[in-house]
Amino acid sequence: MTDKVETLYKNLSFIGKSRRDSQEIPSPVATAEKWDLIIRAKTGWFDLHLSDLWRYRDLTLLFVWRDFVAQYKQTILGPLWHLIQPLFTTALFTLVFSRVAKLSTDRLPPVLFYMAGVSCWNYFAECLNRTSATFIQNAAIFGKVYFPRLSVPVSVVLSNIIKFAIQFALFLVFVGFYYSQGAAIRPNIYVLLTPVLLLIMAALGLGLGIIVSSLTTKYRDLQVLVTFGVQLLMFVTPVIYPVSMLSQQYRWLILANPMTALVETFRYSFLGAGTFDLWHLIYSAGVTLMILCIGVVLFNHVERTFMDTV
Amino acid sequence: MSDSVIEIDNLWKKYCLGAFGTGTLRHDFNRWWHRVRGKPDPYTKVGQVQKSEVRSRSLEPTFDLCPLTSEVPLGDDEIWALRGVSIEVKQGEILGIIGRNGAGKSTLLKILSRVTAPTSGEVRVKGRIASLLEVGTGFHPELTGRENIFLNGAILGMTKAEIWSKLDEIVAFAEIEKFLDTPVKRYSSGMYVRLAFAVAAHLEPEILLVDEVLAVGDAAFQKKCLGKMSDVAKQGRTVLFVSHNMAVVRKLCNGAILLDQGRKVLSGDTGVVLQKYVENGARTELIYKIPAPKEENPPGWAKTLTVEDSTGKPTFAIPVGQPWQVRVRFDIARTTESFIIALGLRTTEDFVLRTSWSEARDLEAGAYEAVFREESIFLGSGHYPIVIGLSTHERPFHYVENAGVLDIAGFAEGINLVRVSNVGVLLNPLRTEIRKV
Repeated sequence: MTDKVETLYKNLSFIGKSRRDSQEIPSPVATAEKWDLIIRAKTGWFDLHLSDLWRYRDLTLLFVWRDFVAQYKQTILGPLWHLIQPLFTTALFTLVFSRVAKLSTDRLPPVLFYMAGVSCWNYFAECLNRTSATFIQNAAIFGKVYFPRLSVPVSVVLSNIIKFAIQFALFLVFVGFYYSQGAAIRPNIYVLLTPVLLLIMAALGLGLGIIVSSLTTKYRDLQVLVTFGVQLLMFVTPVIYPVSMLSQQYRWLILANPMTALVETFRYSFLGAGTFDLWHLIYSAGVTLMILCIGVVLFNHVERTFMDTV
Repeated sequence: MSDSVIEIDNLWKKYCLGAFGTGTLRHDFNRWWHRVRGKPDPYTKVGQVQKSEVRSRSLEPTFDLCPLTSEVPLGDDEIWALRGVSIEVKQGEILGIIGRNGAGKSTLLKILSRVTAPTSGEVRVKGRIASLLEVGTGFHPELTGRENIFLNGAILGMTKAEIWSKLDEIVAFAEIEKFLDTPVKRYSSGMYVRLAFAVAAHLEPEILLVDEVLAVGDAAFQKKCLGKMSDVAKQGRTVLFVSHNMAVVRKLCNGAILLDQGRKVLSGDTGVVLQKYVENGARTELIYKIPAPKEENPPGWAKTLTVEDSTGKPTFAIPVGQPWQVRVRFDIARTTESFIIALGLRTTEDFVLRTSWSEARDLEAGAYEAVFREESIFLGSGHYPIVIGLSTHERPFHYVENAGVLDIAGFAEGINLVRVSNVGVLLNPLRTEIRKV
């Protein structure tokens, strides 16, 4: 009988993919050799089964909701903490970098200048920091049940959007206030790019995060590096200084950072000062796409056996 | 074979033992560097087969059931958790997977539930698999019972709509109506487990994998869980059940598989497989070595223990109703007054069955042996751990739990017993008279 099985499998080609909808599973007799799932030792690097991620979308959204709800149980201020963080950071930056260090803010009100940078940077940094711990923090649950592992980092990126939205709303309030006070700010048509910017930031944070999380299953060193690496990275991103302040000698270095164009574009669209260059933006999108692809492939490769090494 | 829902084909799984540290990185790098230059793995020991050879060999489908011949050499810190396991599971079957610790049961379930990937081999599955390797996976302590039902359900693969439609059933099954909006961190462990199992039990997968989760909850709830599991099978779904609880496996499963050291030893009828497991579980050594006493400078210590038949021959198991004896050899280091040696029997559930004492005697230094003897033993078949205690003036100086095991199996001809398993511990026949009145 086993010989028969063997030859049958040689003649048929299977796709290693599971089908969760029970209606789609015809009676066993009719499809004697039709399997819903084939578990093999090795699959191709590009067998990503991303469709699983879509099927488990409810789970992804529940993770988002869990993160949000659970984080503020037994806190008094709840989601208000999202406002306090950027407010204090902005106040501190204004004091230190603008008043004390006297760095240029492109003739913009320093509060708005820093708040724009901080909102964007916080979003990216949170995405990167939290997704980079995906495998290690979820080892217990990953070790017990299968679901598309990517739904965890994706949920992190989504739940950070809620935080970003709160900070963004705060930013808009400040923009409105300064505008009514007659400050020299010129919001322009490029504000429509905001969702695109957000998407690229999310993808970049996710991509880098899952690369790190994939590499840290065996060696934890990288994760330590990420925590302060992100802090250092902020200084090669125009968060506390404008690109216009840079000398030609170093400008390329800052522009090579895919976050640069995103922060600058965001600031330009809402405040009307700084630089906007479509090519820079396309460069950022390209780099992001590349990082995300590498990340997804690597993550997918690691998730199959990471339980053995974590 | 048209109705098989799982086919496991020559499955191998290798685990790396030991921690990863700087050493591993250096080794990994060195390995990579050697591979790049086309040189052999620098960490392969002389006489070991190269990894590339191993791979091609183990990937070749060997369709015999226990491919002992294709044993593959391993590195120092590697072990095979599964060695060429092939299993076919039919639809609607409740298959028990049994074996000692380290036999590969959990590894098998992990591969089936896609938590980890096999080293080689293939598994083909029809239908949706849900695994219950642990109850309450992903429960968040801060969230309420209701919130956790949704979260846990989704983790186990249900959609939100499915959970909504089953919410009432789940809550009723778990008996937690009153606490639905309480964070689960305030739950008692029993409530927690009930809720977790309730969610899992209401999954409707074609195949359910269960690992030892029934070891929790009170007796009534365990019974309920077992009932639920046989319901699942009656609906034509398939259950794979890993357990150490022989009684549950016997009651629930209509087939069983015995694994030992990563190999499939036997599969088929539950009773037959369980019998084999019990025999396999029996020791290979006839003489038990007794660990030395913890006490410093003790007046004496027991050394070995043997279970013997009436002729004094060490034996693996005593049939019900037969004479038996236990021989304990011990040393006395200095003159000991009022020496008593005691023997106790327990059940595997740690219930103390009986204790027997020698008469108090004064012993001078030397080597001794004590023999505890009985003309017939009427205990139900099973394992009975033996406890040994040596004392002077009723003060114990060497007390050993699990000094050995008394195995009772089968019964001799001419004894008035119908069965000896699952009929209780004490089988001493009562004098029964039936009269016409």
